[in-house]
Amino acid sequence: MAGAPLLEVRDLQVVFHTYAGLVQAVRGVSFAIAPGEMLAVVGESGCGKSVTAQTILRLLPTPPAEVTGGQILFEGRDLLKLSEREMQQVRGEQITVVFQDPISALNPTATVGSQIAEVVTLHESVTRKQAWQRAVEMLQLVGIPDAVQRAHQYPHQFSGGMRQRAMIALALACRPKLLIADEPTTALDVTVQAQILALLKRLQKETGAAVLLITHDLGVVAEVADRVVVMYAGEVIEQAPLEPLFYAPRHPYTWGLLRSVPRLDRMRQGALEPIEGTPPDLLDPPSGCAFAPRCRYALRICRQMPPIEQQVETEGHSVRCWLNDPAAPAGLRRPWAEGEAAVSQEDLSLQPRSAPPQ
Amino acid sequence: MARPLLEVQELKKTFPARGGRQLRAVDGVSFTIERGETLGLVGESGCGKSTTGRTIVRLYQPSAGRVLFDGEEVHSLHGSALRRFRRRVQMIFQDPLASLDPRMTVGDTIAEGMQIHHMGTPKERQERVQALLRAVGLNPEHASRFPHEFSGGQRQRIGIARALAVQPELIVADEPISALDVSIQAQIVNLLERLQQEMGLTYLFIAHDLSMVKHISTHVGVMYLGALVEIAPTDQLYSEPLHPYTQALLSAAPLPDPKVTRTRPRVVVQGEVPSPIDLPSGCRFRTRCPFAMDICSQVDPPLIEVAPQRQVACHLHAARSTAA
Repeated sequence: MAGAPLLEVRDLQVVFHTYAGLVQAVRGVSFAIAPGEMLAVVGESGCGKSVTAQTILRLLPTPPAEVTGGQILFEGRDLLKLSEREMQQVRGEQITVVFQDPISALNPTATVGSQIAEVVTLHESVTRKQAWQRAVEMLQLVGIPDAVQRAHQYPHQFSGGMRQRAMIALALACRPKLLIADEPTTALDVTVQAQILALLKRLQKETGAAVLLITHDLGVVAEVADRVVVMYAGEVIEQAPLEPLFYAPRHPYTWGLLRSVPRLDRMRQGALEPIEGTPPDLLDPPSGCAFAPRCRYALRICRQMPPIEQQVETEGHSVRCWLNDPAAPAGLRRPWAEGEAAVSQEDLSLQPRSAPPQ
Repeated sequence: MARPLLEVQELKKTFPARGGRQLRAVDGVSFTIERGETLGLVGESGCGKSTTGRTIVRLYQPSAGRVLFDGEEVHSLHGSALRRFRRRVQMIFQDPLASLDPRMTVGDTIAEGMQIHHMGTPKERQERVQALLRAVGLNPEHASRFPHEFSGGQRQRIGIARALAVQPELIVADEPISALDVSIQAQIVNLLERLQQEMGLTYLFIAHDLSMVKHISTHVGVMYLGALVEIAPTDQLYSEPLHPYTQALLSAAPLPDPKVTRTRPRVVVQGEVPSPIDLPSGCRFRTRCPFAMDICSQVDPPLIEVAPQRQVACHLHAARSTAA
């Protein structure tokens, strides 16, 4: 990554105090986002991806949550050290967020236009008329038809996809440098999801905002991300630019995730290859690699010591897995050395027709 | 040909909406499932796929049309014939925590159906519970535990064991893997496939995830706003989708493959699904269809057979009707 990062998360650690004990939700997470970049953080439920996003925005209730270590550097400033007042200036102006469920994130008692205008007046010295004008422009930008009239409507008068567009308009109203999108399309139907993803990608390019996209769906990642961070059990286990992650993953978990989804565009090839077992309990995480209990390739060291981050040949590709250690014996079984790719680039495709016969 | 295990004929289900109007959740759906097959029913939220499944198992009474299970009309069954139907058809739900009784042990939950249907002695039932738990990949010793002590994937296995306990022939699975993580979904799908082979089960698999449906189904039906718009053998539907909605659905589904994603052809549809209370005139997809013609706003296209086993409801394919 050239130049200074926009946001850098360094060794972040977050715990939750619960009746059952201390849940170690985020266990030393580090990654960075360059200005204008779309970084996807992908992982399954409970892996800590949303907790990381909410910690960046300082939206987690403390208690029960507690940040026990690390830094979150935004343009060099540690967000964890800001006062609540300073943080309010950052939120909504520098860093904004789009949640999964727009109906619970929008105010049901105010018109969509007035909610966007309110954000603009809070952060910029503009007249109410100018703020309203900006609200209408933003609604047009995100593809809401009849934006002039629609701005006067309430969230319940919008459909699901339109609400998510309105959320994005709200989030981009003050031209933030970073947009955090936490599962922005998970609640939407697939045809609407495609529209919203295309919109996010277009706005990333047009506004120059960096996007931190939190998702569980590798299909969504492939569609829009520039770079990918894979999380498992509160840790970053692999990060890489988009194509190396899909075509040359170096962590058995990433590999397993890619192999366990059947392909829409390929002929069926026998039974699926699931990852056996379940993620570990973060009340009592394993002492070695958190994935070792489910890993078909685990060595003795994997159960004893947490793996060290290794650089892989490709620039910006790193992995935490002992199989990648330079000192690991050459003859070891490794998923990427067994002949088949995680995502095969051979053409096995069923050719979908683009248009019906006329 | 032997008669199909399940036959759904012109099924309609309406719900009363505000102002005396009708919400047409299922609006004239017909299909059949042969023994040992899996029909995948796909569509976006509100398309009527779950209502169809629930009407088949008698959770709803149909507003019109009928459902034949093994030749018998499901909604006019009573007495012992109804009991027999309820044993032969079982359902698996999306949310296993909501569909398992939190106060019953897993063993009691699985045995309850057998008890109701007077299957075996208490001891035999106990043994069968153990065998079922093993069959779905759980530890038989966990029969005395409660649902909250299990993970989501394990709970779904319990739901499957409960459904299998009464030796059903047809299983209606309504979004059985949607609530599960990707790495667990494949485990459950493999389990369902193995059990189908071992026990000769027939599945109606309702889902919105097109790639899992492709994997598990022998045939796939696509629903839109209460109607079946296309139904075909799986490989044909995915390799040559005929209905513009099927094409849009397939091309909108994200693929975990960046290079293919960049180059594949797309059929983009605008806007969102209209209200099922206020259906468009003519074809219900015409408001979003990139190929809509004049006739589409006037005549609702019927589902016609355009090739053996291939049916589609679209004016673009009317000329291909094999019935003409």
